[in-house]
Parts: sequence; C-alpha cells; structure tokens
Amino acid sequence: MDGTIFLFLLQDGVINGAVYALVAIALVLVFGVTRVILVPQGEFVAFTALTVAALENGNAPPTAWLLLALGGLAAISELVRHFRDLTVRRLVRIALFDLALPVALLLLTRALAPMKLGQVANILLAITLITPMGPMIYRIAFAPIAHSSVLVLLMASFGVHFSLMGLGLVFFGPEGTGTAPLSSQSFALGDLVVTGQSVAVVAVTGLLLVLFAIFFGRTLLGKALRACSSNRIGARLVGIPTGAAGQIAFALAALLGAVSGVLVGPLMTVAYDSGFLIGLKAFVAAILGGLVSYPLTVLAALGVGFAEALFSFWASNFKEVLVFTLIIPVLAWRSVYAPHAEEAE
Amino acid sequence: MLRRNSWMIVLATVATAVSVGSAQAQIKVGITMSASGPGAALGQPQSKTVAALPKEIGGQKITYFALDDESDPTKAAQNARKLISEEKVDVMIGSSLTPVSLPLIDIAAESKTPLMTMAAAAVLVAPMDDKRKWVYKVVPNDDIMANAIAKYIAKTGAKTIGYIGFSDAYGEGYYKVLAAEAPKLGLTLTTHEVYARSDASVTGQVLKIIASKPDAVFIAAAGTPAVLPQKALRERGYKGPIFQTHGVATEEFIKLGGKDVDGAIFTGEAFSGAEDMPADSPFRKVKARFVDAYKAANGGAAPTIFGVHLWDSMTLVENAIPEALKLAKPGTPEFRAAIRDQIEKSKDLALNDGLSNMTPDNHNGYDERSAFLIKIENGAFRLVK
Repeated sequence: MDGTIFLFLLQDGVINGAVYALVAIALVLVFGVTRVILVPQGEFVAFTALTVAALENGNAPPTAWLLLALGGLAAISELVRHFRDLTVRRLVRIALFDLALPVALLLLTRALAPMKLGQVANILLAITLITPMGPMIYRIAFAPIAHSSVLVLLMASFGVHFSLMGLGLVFFGPEGTGTAPLSSQSFALGDLVVTGQSVAVVAVTGLLLVLFAIFFGRTLLGKALRACSSNRIGARLVGIPTGAAGQIAFALAALLGAVSGVLVGPLMTVAYDSGFLIGLKAFVAAILGGLVSYPLTVLAALGVGFAEALFSFWASNFKEVLVFTLIIPVLAWRSVYAPHAEEAE
Repeated sequence: MLRRNSWMIVLATVATAVSVGSAQAQIKVGITMSASGPGAALGQPQSKTVAALPKEIGGQKITYFALDDESDPTKAAQNARKLISEEKVDVMIGSSLTPVSLPLIDIAAESKTPLMTMAAAAVLVAPMDDKRKWVYKVVPNDDIMANAIAKYIAKTGAKTIGYIGFSDAYGEGYYKVLAAEAPKLGLTLTTHEVYARSDASVTGQVLKIIASKPDAVFIAAAGTPAVLPQKALRERGYKGPIFQTHGVATEEFIKLGGKDVDGAIFTGEAFSGAEDMPADSPFRKVKARFVDAYKAANGGAAPTIFGVHLWDSMTLVENAIPEALKLAKPGTPEFRAAIRDQIEKSKDLALNDGLSNMTPDNHNGYDERSAFLIKIENGAFRLVK
C-alpha cells in the first residue's frame, strides 16, 4: 500500500464515516431522551434516498402514502390512549398534524412530482415527507410504553423496524436505485481526485454537527432535551414534558436520517432494506461513544468508516467481521472501567 | 328469509359438488417463492408471472397455489408441506434462492413430488442421487456460463484478470470455476476481492484491483448491486474491459448503471439476446410467447429474467403433461412419477433459459449452446456475434 492508496482509503473512510456520524448522533440523541435504541433509524435513510430517486424520475413517491398510513395509525393510537381525557385542543392537534398534514403533503407531492422541479426541490420535499414520520412512529409504538424497561423498548424498536421494512417492500418495490450526485464537479489534490459529492457530504455533516452543538448548548429546547436525557424524573420535576421531548427527539432523528439519506443516495445502491446495515455500523459508533457522548460518537463514526475502508482493502472477505469486532474490546473496557449506571426501575 | 337460506344451502351444495368433481380432473401446481425478504428482487417478478402461466394444458385445467416464503428456508419447507398435504399438488415449483430451495429437496423426495427449482446453484441437482432425481433446475449452471466467458476473455487476448464478486455462494461459485479454468486458458487471476450486496462502497477492493494492473476485470455479482464495482472502477479511471455475469440481465441494472456499465460483456440466457437471433430461431418464438402472456397479465409491463425461471419451469412441466396424462390420472402418485419421468426425456426443448436436454444424470440439461455472449450497448442487451 502506498501513500496514494492510503489517501483514497482515507477519503472513502471519511465520507462513509460522516454518514455514519449523522446516523449515530441520532441514535445517541433518541436513546438519551427516550431510552429507545432506534433500530429503524436506517429505514429513514433508505426511504429518503428512494423518495429522492422517485422524484428525480418524475414519479410521485409512495412515501406520501406511507406518511398518510402512519398518520392514520398515530391518530388512532392517540385517540385510544386519551379516550377518557380528550380535549378540543388535542383533537385539533390530531386532526392537523396526523391527518391534515399528510393529506396536504400527499396532494403537494402528486402536484409537484410530474413537474420535475430539480434537485433542491426534490431533496427538500423528501426531507419534509420523512421528518414527520419520526414523531408519528414515537406516538404509535413508543409513547404508550414509554416507562417500560430498555429491553421492552428495544423489542418494540425491532417491531417497528420489521414493519417498516415490510411496508418499504410494498411501497418501494424490491429493486435498488441511486440518485443523481449533489455535485458532478471534481478536482485533483495531488494524486487524489476529490469529488464534489464527497465535499458535499463532509460539509453538510460538519454544518449539521455545528448546528447541533449550538442547539444543545445554547437554546432552551436543546437544554431541556439534555435535561431529559441526563435525568428523566428530575426533568419532569422542573416542568419539562418528557413525552413532548420524546417526540422532538424522534423528529430530529428522522430529520438526521433524511439528510443522511440525501447524502448516501448518490454513493450507493439503495434498496428498501439497505438502511439496516448503515444503522448497524452507526450503532457500533454509538456504542463506542458510550451512547452518551456526541463528540466521541462522531470520532468513533469516522473511525468505523476508515476501518471499513482499510479492511475492505486488506481483507475484503472479513470486512464486516472486523468492523463489528471493534465493538468487543470497547465493551470489555467499558464494563470494567466505566461507571456502571443501573437502570432505576 | 327461510327460502333464501335454503336456496343458499342448495347452491352451496352444488358448488361443493362441482368443485369436488373438478378437483379430480385438474392438475395442481404449487409454487413457493421469495416475494419478500432478501430474495424479493427475484421473487416479486416471479409472483407477477404466476398470473401469466398457462391455465389449460392437454385439455386439463391447471390450478396454481402460489405462496410467499419470505426468503426463509423454514417458511419454504412449511409452504411445501402445506402444498403437498393440504392442496395435494402434482408438481411443486420453488424457491427463488438456493438456501431456501435446499430443504425442499427432502420434502419432494419424501412425498415423491417433482420439484422445479428456480434457484441457481448446481448443488440443487448435483451430484445426482435418490433424492435429487425428483428435482429439476431451469437456471443454467454457473460453470457453463463461467467456462464460456473465460474462453471468451482468453480469446480477447487478455492475460490477467482482476476478480471481484459477492461474498456469497453466487460469487464464490463463479470464482471457483474461474480459478479452475484460468490456468488452462493461460489466464492469471490477480485478485480475489469480495463485497456484500448491501455495501455502500467498494473503494478499497477496487483500488487493490487497479493496483494489480489487470488486462480485464471480472465482476461476479447480480442485479443492481453489480453496478457498484463497475462504477467505482470507471470512476478511478480503469479503462480495460469489464466482464459481468448473467445475474445482471435486468433492466434495472442498465437503468442504474447508465454510461458506466456500457460495454460490459457477460454470458447470459437466450432470453436476454433473443432479439438479435435469426428470425427462425426457436428462442425468439419462446420469448415472444412468454412476453405476450406476461404483458397481458400485467397491464403491458415487460417481464424480467427472474420471471423467466418460473415460466420455463412450467414449460418443462407443460411439455411433460400430455404423455403423463396417458399413463395416470392427476392427483395420484403415479401421475407425479409420470411427470418426473417425462421431464427427464425432454430433448432439445427451447426455453428462455437455453436449450434443454435432460438426462437421468443431468437435471439441469444445458451445455455451452445455452451460454450466449451478450454485450450492453447504448442501454440495451445485444448478442455478440
């Protein structure tokens, strides 16, 4: 291996690592606020890429129907759960957010899709379609069992993952597609050819990470979310509604997933079930970051991306094995040295 | 009200009597395919083909029972047992993937029901034994395809080939044949790189291939994931010829690959190159019949190579039914055995998958005449002459 190859691998690793970082951040955020390990995070990524691909071909993406279906389910779940204390306010909120919004988006996509408005419009539309799915999924699957143990929440999470995979197959079909690159420019940096796409990935990820740091460090909402994740009961005592915090966390996760989907769409062939593996690699990074630390998680995600690139060069047969093996020494080290916080039941 | 109810009962009785009566005179075909799960890209086109299959053969009504096995071997075995014990099928077709089809062999042999598998691996029908004598496979064995492409690569003057393929049975099957054939043809394989269907990047593998400076690159992958290495090779400036396998013979591959996959050459089934064959070629007729039936059943949508495997399985059965009917009645063990015996006698039967010549030892039935060299030119599959 010479320097050029090393640089190419580094570039490849950084691009993949940046995407893993976005997904891993979402995992850490959701776990912190709601104790849910969000297995279906990868589905947001895959569905966004598929939505953009459909819009590029001038087809109305089936995502709008999926959103409508989820909205209906969320409305039913909300009505059943609050059957005894239904207020006008709640009814209006359900009607607006769960029913009117998906219907409006459905009509909007059907009107806009044949016009082929161009890349920016496609991406914005796809992100708008995916983001509301986060809070809807939270209210369908997790809000009713929000106080259960982590294990129960994890099982529910897998349930959501499998349901979304099944729906994805029905709505998007089995074949994989890719999307047009964000930028077809490329320039030479010594021996290294840097594509505009890779610059876009790194720049967007960097920007989002900075925005997140500001959000969590400087805004009231961000601080409230942080309070929820460090001590749920304490947060509730000082008047932070934890249910709403969960919904916001899920919305942010879906948003991050959607952005990752936009970024990976041009890099890989995305099929309805491609999201899981991305989520799993990001999960490795999240574990390496201890499911708490954002900076550590980002570093770990870049590490996972780079390790993957290196392993695929050295021993492509064992690439996945080696990547997932990274988790073992960290788990061993953490179980010995890290403060062991028992879950308060 | 009472009168209406009694009428209903009479009607129901008549209906039952009719269905029981016809049950004896109809041929039942059970199909299990991977319409969801990892094999969905194969199983979905196959499930759309079911509606196009012939409804009547030799004056007998054919009833199809199609089930989804979710790409799960356990589920496929359950489906097979259900089809045999509840529906009492005369022929079983399935499944779409090799691992999912393997448990069906035992069930077919145990119940003495002919099994037409739509999966690819040679292990399903070889080595021939008491169980596998009930199994037929319409997808040409990889070694026929791999041998043909290896010979062609040698003919183009290439001396070294870089290899990258799926990290599963499909890729490794191709690699084994290539590795065995290459020295005989004066070829050297420079790399043995693998990747998974779901991988986001193959940069590492591709860099290693380019560093080994091969005259040509061989990619053993299937469907849209086969685009990834070819795209990466071209992006990294690899100019040499790139060879693919018959797994890429889908419209989606061309659509996704665009300019990057133009010029790729692979050995494929007759179906992919039928348009360029002479007008009197039997393969053209066979393809036209399938395409017409498929379009009629699917509102004009064009079929894919994976639907072909189901159609061809049924063509073999269709060909065997008239003779089998002379020997036994449908629904009996004798009829199932007769179907099995008759399929074994297929001679020079033109299928979309190739020219089928079954023998007691070879239940795949193809030779090099069924490996067609196909090149992707301007977004279409063209026969290399």
